[in-house]
Amino acid sequence: MADSHANIEETLALREQFDTEEQQKDASTLGMWIFLITEIMFFGGMFAAYTIYRSAYPTVFGVASSSLNVTIGAINTCVLLLSSFTMVMAVRAGQLGQRNMIIFFLIITLLFGCVFLGVKAYEWTEKYEEHHMPGQVAFHLEGTPLQGPAKIFFSLYFAMTGLHALHMVVGVGILSFIIWETKKGRYSSAYYTPIDIAGLYWHFVDIVWIFLFPLLYLIDRHLPK
Amino acid sequence: MEKHVHEHVDSVGTYVGVLLLLLAATVATTLVAFVDLGDFSVVVALAIACGKMLLVALFFMHVRYSTKLTRLVILGGLMWLAILLLLTLTDFATRGWGGASVV
Amino acid sequence: MSTAVVAQETENYLNNGYGLKSWLLTKDHKRIAVLYFISISIFFAIGGTFASLIRAELLTPPGDLVSSETYNKLFTMHGVIMVFFFLIPSVPATMGNFFLPIMIGARDLAFPRVNLLSWYLLIVGFALALYAMIAGGVDTGWTFYTPYSTTYSNTYVIATALGIFVAGFSSILTGLNFIVTVHRMRAPGMTWFRMPLFVWANYATGVIQVLGTPVIAVTLVLVFCERVFHIGIFDPQLGGDPILFQHLFWFYSHPAVYIMVLPAMGVISELVSTFSRKPVFGYGFVAFSSMGIAIIGFLVWGHHLFVSGQSLYAGLVFSFLSYFVAIPSAIKVFNWTATLYKGSISFATPMLYAFGFIGLFTIGGLTGLFVASLGLDVHVTDTYFVIAHFHYVMVGGTIMAYMGGLHYWWPKMTGRMYPEGWAKLSALIIFVGFNFTFFPQFILGYLGMPRRYHAYPDEFQVLHVLSTAGATVLAIGYILPAIYLFWSLRYGEKASANPWGATGLEWQTPSPPPTHNFEKIPVVTHDAYDYTTVPREVMEVGR
Repeated sequence: MADSHANIEETLALREQFDTEEQQKDASTLGMWIFLITEIMFFGGMFAAYTIYRSAYPTVFGVASSSLNVTIGAINTCVLLLSSFTMVMAVRAGQLGQRNMIIFFLIITLLFGCVFLGVKAYEWTEKYEEHHMPGQVAFHLEGTPLQGPAKIFFSLYFAMTGLHALHMVVGVGILSFIIWETKKGRYSSAYYTPIDIAGLYWHFVDIVWIFLFPLLYLIDRHLPK
Repeated sequence: MEKHVHEHVDSVGTYVGVLLLLLAATVATTLVAFVDLGDFSVVVALAIACGKMLLVALFFMHVRYSTKLTRLVILGGLMWLAILLLLTLTDFATRGWGGASVV
Repeated sequence: MSTAVVAQETENYLNNGYGLKSWLLTKDHKRIAVLYFISISIFFAIGGTFASLIRAELLTPPGDLVSSETYNKLFTMHGVIMVFFFLIPSVPATMGNFFLPIMIGARDLAFPRVNLLSWYLLIVGFALALYAMIAGGVDTGWTFYTPYSTTYSNTYVIATALGIFVAGFSSILTGLNFIVTVHRMRAPGMTWFRMPLFVWANYATGVIQVLGTPVIAVTLVLVFCERVFHIGIFDPQLGGDPILFQHLFWFYSHPAVYIMVLPAMGVISELVSTFSRKPVFGYGFVAFSSMGIAIIGFLVWGHHLFVSGQSLYAGLVFSFLSYFVAIPSAIKVFNWTATLYKGSISFATPMLYAFGFIGLFTIGGLTGLFVASLGLDVHVTDTYFVIAHFHYVMVGGTIMAYMGGLHYWWPKMTGRMYPEGWAKLSALIIFVGFNFTFFPQFILGYLGMPRRYHAYPDEFQVLHVLSTAGATVLAIGYILPAIYLFWSLRYGEKASANPWGATGLEWQTPSPPPTHNFEKIPVVTHDAYDYTTVPREVMEVGR
């Protein structure tokens, strides 16, 4: 077959610019991984700010951290880990070409994600009611005279969990799209790359939370309140 | 052209096992936080978090089957985060800046 | 292989579909490159207009043309546009997009639709920045230092920050696309060490874009949050540290200058080889020096913070590391020079620009060593010395290479030759204008003239007048190509496939190339810059 200027019929699994389906899959996967490391650097800036300020104000950060509900935080962490489990099960179903299983696991993943976001909204509301939001005029954290640094902790708390939540929302959107595409029969065991790379994104957002939980919720918990 | 190696289909049992480890580690890190380990607390917390990250990456993200290039990319990203943190700390750690006691 | 191809009747990427939709929804990397060319030329004109106003104000010692508030806005917007909307995309988004796939024997980039998205993101980003400019401007300096930008400035910081944020993602996606393309789309036989050095340069640039840009993105998000939600991470009144902003800002913005200059260096490698008819001397050294610049460039950002309040110890570390980044750049200059030795040198316009680059970038780079020295920088920082330094590398360097590449690849992209006489004249005018504009600024800075001031003591006027006169000449030098290049699209001599007798896969396609680049994907058996592959008659034709 002459290696002509274009594939006459471009398919999802083999787009025009690629020679083989394997090349396309490799390229897509590499592309997603590179995107994930841009995300490492994106969140990384906030982790840098966190590191600097926690070492400068260790006591205040401990007091502020204790005002967070550790049980809820831990449960939410487990919810996200469960969602990663169901996500990889969806990818596995993709590898096996089991359309209904794909949809089943993706929907569960999506539900877990929504649960996480719902709990987050509840936590944030609690913070608002306790006057722990930095923009509030009546901001006050009990247990420390350093209200300024306390505001910095909560600035970081809201910025980091907020950015994470934003990524979760995008993830929910991506999953919805993938579920829709799966329903339309777009994927098979020969081509399930979008599920695979959506999974990579989802797991990455989970990993970010794996670090956020101890860093925000578990500072100096051994100290008496 | 590298041989595509991703066609290992892990067993459900593998994934369940990893999940249980992750959940256990979450419980552990929460409980350990209530034990007085002094400055070592944060080290333990980060170590557990790194362990969880490795489990998710290796098993759920299939890094155990990935190409060397993928692993180089991941390593590069982590190294760059380290550069950002460490070189910034050369300033803050040596400035005697304990922050201000502003109210 | 036939080289005198008349592209008029045959299908090429330009005549393959007319109409706005075929351009605005294109997936063809060559059309996207053209979209970028047009856009960034407009952005450059706007940024240049701000520069003209700045130089006009500085003709006289008192601040009499504009108020100081307005002047703050002028230099801010000049910087923002030139850095984020011109220099960062300049070579990669235009020539990189157009030629990287062709040079490695691919039909397109790995992700063509992401490529188009990149262009739209740049346009949206610019629209936001333009809104800020029209609505009243922004006056924080392109560096957005806190707490002024977060707390005290009453100008359109948020819109500008958002614009830069969006444009940043344009850059990230381009870099990502280039990296995946080079790893996964090379033609059979196109090994890493057979790739043109232009490809190596754009690959290394992609690595910087991908690792650095996200940090400025998140920093701008934090500035945005501080202004809008009053969450204060950089606020000293809360115990925050404004210097943290500077660390995060420069973590990207220093490597950003290498995003701006590395692809330009890639262009120079191509030009020096073609117009000496010799392979680039020390190919391996030049290739690895690109990676070296990319990596070491991330370790030096603290040299922008020498007088900020950063610790002396950190200053020492960053000063020490900053000297190392000069090494790979110097390696390139030595290798280009060695390429010239015993070469068959032609002084076509692209080569004039290449010579300009080598001389001016060297001066700029050497003055970089001056400012890398902690002790010396204390005296010249925030003066015109620094301004002269970075304009020498960015304008005398990058823009020269951009112009050189533009002329070099013009026949390939458009199928037309530009008028050589006018082009040589313009190159000369640019060179003269540039030096008259910026050399006096070294002296001004050394004598103590601060940057970002619109009024100054009388004794500095002579040098400022010289600089403004030079800027006028420089402006003419840039306007001329805008005219004759445009003219050549209709009236220029039709170009053959390889008017320069150059090596490289792009010269084996017709001028302009067909949409799918190659009738048949080539199998590569020669090294880059192997002039034995260029037919005799083509060598003779080259100007």
